[in-house]
Amino acid sequence: MTKSELIEALARRQTHLAFHDVELSVKELLEQVSQELSRGERIEIRGFGSFSLHYRPPRIGRNPKTGESVALPGKYVPHFKPGKELRERVNASTQPITGGDDDPD
Amino acid sequence: MALTKAEMAERLFENVGLNKREAKEFVDAFFEVVRESLERGEQVKLSGFGNFDLRQKNQRPGRNPKTGKEIPISARRVVTFRPGQKLKVRVEAFAGPQAGAAAQG
Repeated sequence: MTKSELIEALARRQTHLAFHDVELSVKELLEQVSQELSRGERIEIRGFGSFSLHYRPPRIGRNPKTGESVALPGKYVPHFKPGKELRERVNASTQPITGGDDDPD
Repeated sequence: MALTKAEMAERLFENVGLNKREAKEFVDAFFEVVRESLERGEQVKLSGFGNFDLRQKNQRPGRNPKTGKEIPISARRVVTFRPGQKLKVRVEAFAGPQAGAAAQG
């Protein structure tokens, strides 16, 4: 399911809302979560999961082309921990996995 | 203010113009539609935010950390989140407590 398919699914479900408002609302929610994370705040959605930051300490990396060492500073990366309901529902599923695991945009 | 479902709904009311009841329902529907997709075995790809992927894990040996007794961890299906490039970059810019400590040390 892509973002546009999510918007379509929500529009079919919330039929009293204008399609454009559904579109705006999906973008607004994703922006809220992104913004909160980029401020270092944790977000917990009961039954779905929690978003937080994990710290990656500084390390010495290597330029794969030249083999040269480069000092990489410590950084924070987004982390998601699925909540109980999501874990249980997904694990109970017997339908084949679709959509692959290609790189996110 | 912490980003809770109530706060998300409040911002949909303020920024998109849904009424309070629509906003509250929308937030619930949003997370439910994502859960349903994952429950169907379908990956969710939210461009600019990240992908919720599904992975099938085989049974593996485990241990009860309290008793030290060996118990197998059963095969299961799990959700993983891979943040998108845009979210990663935004979060990297966060100079949190650990980044600050590293800079001082």
